[in-house]
Amino acid sequence: MRKLTTPFIGLSAGMLFVAPWIINAAPYESTMGLVQKVFYFHFPAAILFLASAIICGIASLRFLFFKKPTADAWAVASAELGLLFGAMTLVTGPLWARKAWGVWWVWDPRLTMSLVLFLIFAAYAILRKYGGPGSDKLAAGMALFGMLNVPFIYVSVNIWRTLHPMTSVVPTLPTEFGIPLWFCFAAFTMLFVALLNLRATLALHEARVEALYLDEDEA
Amino acid sequence: MSDFPGLTVADVARHYGRRKALSQISFTCDAGEIVGLLGPNGAGKSTLLNVLATLVTPSKGTVQYGAATGSGAVIRRMIGMLGHDLFLYPELTARENLAFFARLYGLADVAGAVDAALAQAGLSDRADDFVSSYSRGMRQRVALERALLHDPKLILLDEPFTGLDQASTAALVARLKDRQQAGCVIVLATHDLDVVEGVLSRAIYLKDGRIVGTDTDSRGLVDRYRRAIHA
Amino acid sequence: MNDFFRVAWHVVRKDMTVEIRSKEILLTTLLFAVSVVLIFSFAIVREGRAPDDVAAGILWVAISFAGTLAMGRTFERERYNDTLRALLLAPADRPAIYAGKLLGLLLLLGLVEIMLVPLVALLFNAPIFAFPGMLIALLVAGTLGFAAVGTLFAAMLVRVRSRDTLLPVLLYPITVPVMICGVRGTAALFQATPDEPMARLWMGILVAWDVIFVTLALWTFEPVMTE
Repeated sequence: MRKLTTPFIGLSAGMLFVAPWIINAAPYESTMGLVQKVFYFHFPAAILFLASAIICGIASLRFLFFKKPTADAWAVASAELGLLFGAMTLVTGPLWARKAWGVWWVWDPRLTMSLVLFLIFAAYAILRKYGGPGSDKLAAGMALFGMLNVPFIYVSVNIWRTLHPMTSVVPTLPTEFGIPLWFCFAAFTMLFVALLNLRATLALHEARVEALYLDEDEA
Repeated sequence: MSDFPGLTVADVARHYGRRKALSQISFTCDAGEIVGLLGPNGAGKSTLLNVLATLVTPSKGTVQYGAATGSGAVIRRMIGMLGHDLFLYPELTARENLAFFARLYGLADVAGAVDAALAQAGLSDRADDFVSSYSRGMRQRVALERALLHDPKLILLDEPFTGLDQASTAALVARLKDRQQAGCVIVLATHDLDVVEGVLSRAIYLKDGRIVGTDTDSRGLVDRYRRAIHA
Repeated sequence: MNDFFRVAWHVVRKDMTVEIRSKEILLTTLLFAVSVVLIFSFAIVREGRAPDDVAAGILWVAISFAGTLAMGRTFERERYNDTLRALLLAPADRPAIYAGKLLGLLLLLGLVEIMLVPLVALLFNAPIFAFPGMLIALLVAGTLGFAAVGTLFAAMLVRVRSRDTLLPVLLYPITVPVMICGVRGTAALFQATPDEPMARLWMGILVAWDVIFVTLALWTFEPVMTE
């Protein structure tokens, strides 16, 4: 996993550099014109936002119940990426919405719960920062509750017919739209994986340094 | 009830980030011992007591209660603790405090146990006054009896002599000696060297989270403590 | 299993005994809830009339703000003489202690709500007697979901320095689903023509969240409380 980090970053950087040209080459959507193209960034960011919530939840579960200390590194890493990709989602979304629906924001279930999930990640970060010793366990407990939101977000769009496009839109895209979408999706996913690895490794190294520091005294 | 099966602490350590609260703590105790944890403030006495009480999991090492280890209910039933903050509800009377904990511990004869405890503490006549109206010494006596309600075999005390007058101190020492005869292990953390001189069967000197010396002869304690800690 | 309920019951009894004597948490929480209702009313009322459908929202906001305060105070009492440590030391099942604290909190909030709901009904002409059973069910289920998570978090934060501000920061985002169901269900009942089937729908979702939250909290209490 670790060896892939550099190639992934390189590749995704390259792809994201090229992306504007590919996006430009895609046809305009009939009703919305240029703004629709925000979707090519919004969709991957949103999916990775949910993915980071799931990863954080599973890592927290392993840390808290299966007592695996290394799982905490992954929980922290995915929580920070959740904040990053969540911010991306919540910024690109309204950019699209303003043109498509005429308003920056609506309080439909998917948007509301996405905002809530973002706030949960923010609360997680604050707890880790100001919670004092033992806050890793407390944050893990909190993350378990936060993860419960994810299925709710994904399914809410289908249960309550709302303004937000349904989940069935993506699989039925015609090819000219599909190419830039999956291109950007691949780029963002590689970036996500690389960043997750980097951040988790950093946290693991920090833990190693602490352990070494503690061991040194024992001598 | 049988004697306490013996306490074995093996290489216990506890860190909070980079701060080492405890490291390389190893010792054993047998039934009928009164062990003193002596050391300056911040030496790790309270942390060690909390580890022994299963309230804090050690970062390294194990604590064995006889053959058992861990923090299950079976082990907690053997332990009675008198914390520095006494663990009493000030808004309840002494009787209510004792009754609540008796019920929590699942004792069969709650009323009997409570009456016996009150008698032992010498507070039967003030049993129905709120604990908030008690003096420190009286609260200490109730708190001690609360810790001993379920007849624990491992008794942990954190600074039990703080703020006690001579009579209360003597009563506490007598109570501890009585428990010692009953085969319990008593571990107490204290600053009051004069009080425990001659009472302890073993002294463990703690400094900066480590054991810097042990003693099995508690006479001349003050001098030996000074030598061990300020070495 | 018997032990679980026995321990929980004794914890509730103890909490009730303490509270009945001073009534401190009950009265301060109630007064705070009333203040919240008033403040929101002043913020929203225009030309002497409140817009329709605000009653439900204001009610639930008051419950959640006041509830957070009550949770904090309940565990502050356990912190005072470190009695929480004594509870954890007992050979009792740790989740049972959680259940006891939760029940105590529910009883307290229930008392507050008994006095709060008629007040809100009075101020906003809400038809609370149209479907009283459904309304009570919604209040109970909503308060349960909120209190279940809150009791866990308040216990978790007992040894943390900025616990007073951290509790709402952690609690509110996570209990949003419960709040939404509570408000929408109550709003359906408070409409000019109450929509009972709609309220029933929200009640169903609310119960599902309650089951999830309470189960997760019971599981998580022990690992999170051991240092």
